[in-house]
Amino acid sequence: MAHIELRNITKTFGGHTALKKLNLEIEDGQFFVLLGETGAGKTTTLRLIAGLEKPTSGQILIDGVDVGDWGAAERDVALVLQQYSLYPRYTVRENLEFPLKSKIRRVPDDEIKERVGRAAKTLRIEHLLERKTDRLSGGEMQRVSIGRAIVRKPRVFLMDEPLSALDAKLRESLRTELKDLQRRLGATFLFVTHDQIEAMSMGDRVGVLNHGHLVQTGTPKEIYDNPRDTFVASFVGSPPMNLIKGSLVGGRAVISAKTFELPYEGLATSGADNRPLTFGIRPEDVVLESGAPVAAKVHDVENHGVEKIVTLRIDDTMLRATVPASTDVEIEQDVRFAWNPRKVALFDRNSGVSLRHAG
Amino acid sequence: MAAVTTSTERSLNRLAIVGVLIVTMIFLAPIYWIASTAFKPRNLSTTIPPTVVFTPEVSPFVKLFTKRSQLRTPPTPEEYAAAPWWERMVFDGGEKVVRDGKGNVQWSGYPSRFMNSLIVAIVSTILAVGMGTLTAYGFSRFKVKGEGDLLFFILSTRMLPPVVVAIPMFLMYRAVGLNDTHLGLIILYTAFNLSFSVWLMKGFMDEIPKEYEEAALVDGYTRMQAFFKVVLPEAATGIAATAVFCFITAWNEYAFALIMTNRRAQTAPPFIPSQVGSGLPDWTVIAAGTLLFLLPVAIFTFLLRNHLLRGVTFGAIRK
Repeated sequence: MAHIELRNITKTFGGHTALKKLNLEIEDGQFFVLLGETGAGKTTTLRLIAGLEKPTSGQILIDGVDVGDWGAAERDVALVLQQYSLYPRYTVRENLEFPLKSKIRRVPDDEIKERVGRAAKTLRIEHLLERKTDRLSGGEMQRVSIGRAIVRKPRVFLMDEPLSALDAKLRESLRTELKDLQRRLGATFLFVTHDQIEAMSMGDRVGVLNHGHLVQTGTPKEIYDNPRDTFVASFVGSPPMNLIKGSLVGGRAVISAKTFELPYEGLATSGADNRPLTFGIRPEDVVLESGAPVAAKVHDVENHGVEKIVTLRIDDTMLRATVPASTDVEIEQDVRFAWNPRKVALFDRNSGVSLRHAG
Repeated sequence: MAAVTTSTERSLNRLAIVGVLIVTMIFLAPIYWIASTAFKPRNLSTTIPPTVVFTPEVSPFVKLFTKRSQLRTPPTPEEYAAAPWWERMVFDGGEKVVRDGKGNVQWSGYPSRFMNSLIVAIVSTILAVGMGTLTAYGFSRFKVKGEGDLLFFILSTRMLPPVVVAIPMFLMYRAVGLNDTHLGLIILYTAFNLSFSVWLMKGFMDEIPKEYEEAALVDGYTRMQAFFKVVLPEAATGIAATAVFCFITAWNEYAFALIMTNRRAQTAPPFIPSQVGSGLPDWTVIAAGTLLFLLPVAIFTFLLRNHLLRGVTFGAIRK
């Protein structure tokens, strides 16, 4: 267990800057999720902490100690990857023993046996111990990978998209298992993913990375309710937040004069009047009602079981709304809608930054 | 899928098998020729048309391993009766086995040349494959300045037929006293094979996911330990394939062995035809020597056949 801090980390590969002045703090026992698209710098961050890469500049501290000159072996971190992290010629037991047999650890044989047994029990892979790893299913392989991490009692668990290669059902159940495991071990986890559902459901804290910048960190709720910019707004949430261009005139959100105006009751925003804005509204805060102020046509309907996602068309503007599955809507039907005026987020149209964060 | 085969498909299949058999026979014909000649009596070895049916005998092998000289007078019946079975075969050929003053049979040069071949081929293969594997690992895993140029340079040593440099090499070797030494040939063959070994092994190394080693590094192993424990077992297939090719090259090399060695370190390839020189050529002895010479490569390849099958089909390594 450990506290991790990255200070002003920059990492370049040739001419390409993977991370730029990254500051990040992960508290002891925290489940921290680093969320971002492919190429955002998530894996690089992880490899820097693991000691597989050296930062171009900046400091990495584990428990307050600068580990810049430490090799991967000395940092005592565990790494679980999306794939390839099991040794193909070994059995499951040999794979689990492998980190304990390292010369720097010198774990006595009976303790190795005991620890492997305990890890296998925790992950319910006891029946697989004597099997060769190439005869495991994807989910079993990932369990063994995680097992190889937990036998060591490392200071930090680093996980690089460990669930991405699995099918949806398995991903869901392992998600719960992993979160549960972290709580029981009380360990510090850094979990990297491009899947916002994983981030929201597992993270104590979430950091959103975009092109090597850490855009926002916060609890999943903070990130969801109060995205710092339009990137976070559109990246987190499924379906994503609606982002529509408009401006604020006398306390009303004007998207196009006369036909599409809605009230705004968010935070007092001095200076927001008459400047180019982007309005953000979550689909669940868009309501369909007869007698609502704006008329629209139903462009598309997706049935998701408990709810339907309705795409509304107002002239050229598209807007998604989540409605209960019992709502009867058909494509090309005329409907009227409103939004929850207190849940509207305002972003500067040029910078994309939320006015609430900028102010 | 194969459950449904039409009769045309079946006859096509049969035709293909016949074709394969014919081609195989063409390829095997020289080997058959050598093998049969090695067991022929001398007088049948050069008949036209070739003798196919004959009583096989081992006299060519006896002659191969012993030092012989021409008989001036035929042996007396007592001498003939007292001689062991193999010596009689030499008598039958009009020759006698050379003995030293104490009556010990003198060996021919073949066994020592064969040993020389083994020493030179095995050591140079180990060196070429070992260095090639390490070099390939370096190129594959680390950023090497001028990687492309260096690899091209390594490859360029193959662009010239080696014999072109034979004369300068010979002069250099004589100057430093490396001619007619095992070490000299080993250095030479290692140099020939190294570029090939580096390129082949680089292909195999690139195929091994670097995640395996990184996992080992994080698990508390040094780069060296990770290399030996994780990378090397994964590269076994490639190493086997490379080793077979290097061994064959070193084993069969003729030109440099002929120029650089004459006695102490001479390998089998230049020695076997030198047997033609004295008196009338005895093709059966040459065939016997050649046949034995073929065996090590055959055995080596056979032992590594499982690795080879996967190894020579690039990219077919299980990821």
